[in-house]
Amino acid sequence: MQTIIFYSLAGGLLIFSTVKDRTKTKKSLIKAWKSFENILPQMLGMILFVGLIVAVLSPEVISRILGGASGWLGVIVAAVIGSVSLIPAFVAFPMAKILLEHGAGYMQLAAFVSTLTMVGILTFGLEIKFFGKKFTIWRNILAFLAAFVIAAVVQKVVGYAGL
Amino acid sequence: MQVFKKYSLALAGVFLIALTYLFAAETGTKAAVTVLSSAKEMLLILPPVFIMLGLLDVWVPRETMVRFMGEGSGLVGGVLSWVLGVAAAGPLYVVFPIAAAFMKKGVTFTNILILIGAWSTMKIPMLIFEFSSLGTAFALTRMLMNIPVILVMTAIMNKVLSKEDKEEIYQRSELTA
Repeated sequence: MQTIIFYSLAGGLLIFSTVKDRTKTKKSLIKAWKSFENILPQMLGMILFVGLIVAVLSPEVISRILGGASGWLGVIVAAVIGSVSLIPAFVAFPMAKILLEHGAGYMQLAAFVSTLTMVGILTFGLEIKFFGKKFTIWRNILAFLAAFVIAAVVQKVVGYAGL
Repeated sequence: MQVFKKYSLALAGVFLIALTYLFAAETGTKAAVTVLSSAKEMLLILPPVFIMLGLLDVWVPRETMVRFMGEGSGLVGGVLSWVLGVAAAGPLYVVFPIAAAFMKKGVTFTNILILIGAWSTMKIPMLIFEFSSLGTAFALTRMLMNIPVILVMTAIMNKVLSKEDKEEIYQRSELTA
């Protein structure tokens, strides 16, 4: 669905651009290809490593780790797992649900979901390429720490709501 | 040879997956399947994104971007960055080239951070999955917490990165975007 919207939008704009100015359109396409080609090697490398890690860290393995650990230790483990994972949302959330059913706590899952979305160890190289080392390190560290605050609040609220 | 060097990380990945397959066929196969599906996702999302960024580069004048999201855009710029982030689709790494293109057009550092923050963890398509999988209390709390978290992170990043650091990051965007 999102993909259809993206393609329709890009296609429509491209046609509009071509009608208005062919040279400019050509320039923009060359530009688009160059930027794409610029990050392609790193993207491919990243995807290969993600595949490997996801294969090793199956839901069974993760819930075993989180099931064994509880409290803040579990939160730390969850935050670390989330940091090194890179899973699309449509896989991650159903997976989180499975983890929940396997006995993982809300606090641990909140930490996992937070670092999963905000911290990217696997995208580190790519992020450095665009923003430099200092930015990348700070952003990821802050996001990692934020996961603990979010986990604590989620625990309080969901615990209070009796869910 | 240069191509070889450029793709060395990818080649190392292929090698490792092949090695995994030799020792643990099931894990290796699973890795290969995941790689193919994420490669498909990447190759599906990226072309329209880059086409639109290319068009942005040639058509939208710097002044226009600055007016809406640059120095002096104030609250409007912040809200606009946030809206662009939450309406997004695609994984975190897709926002990097977009942010670079925006920096090149003069969008402020604060707005870039808000865009990245909102994109990373408050995307609406993602929240829908979160609500349905983990429940309203969980998803709503996390969502509401993310607003102050993103703002605090933005404030800290603005502090810890010096003027020179930011200049260097903006110079980088001239090369990558």
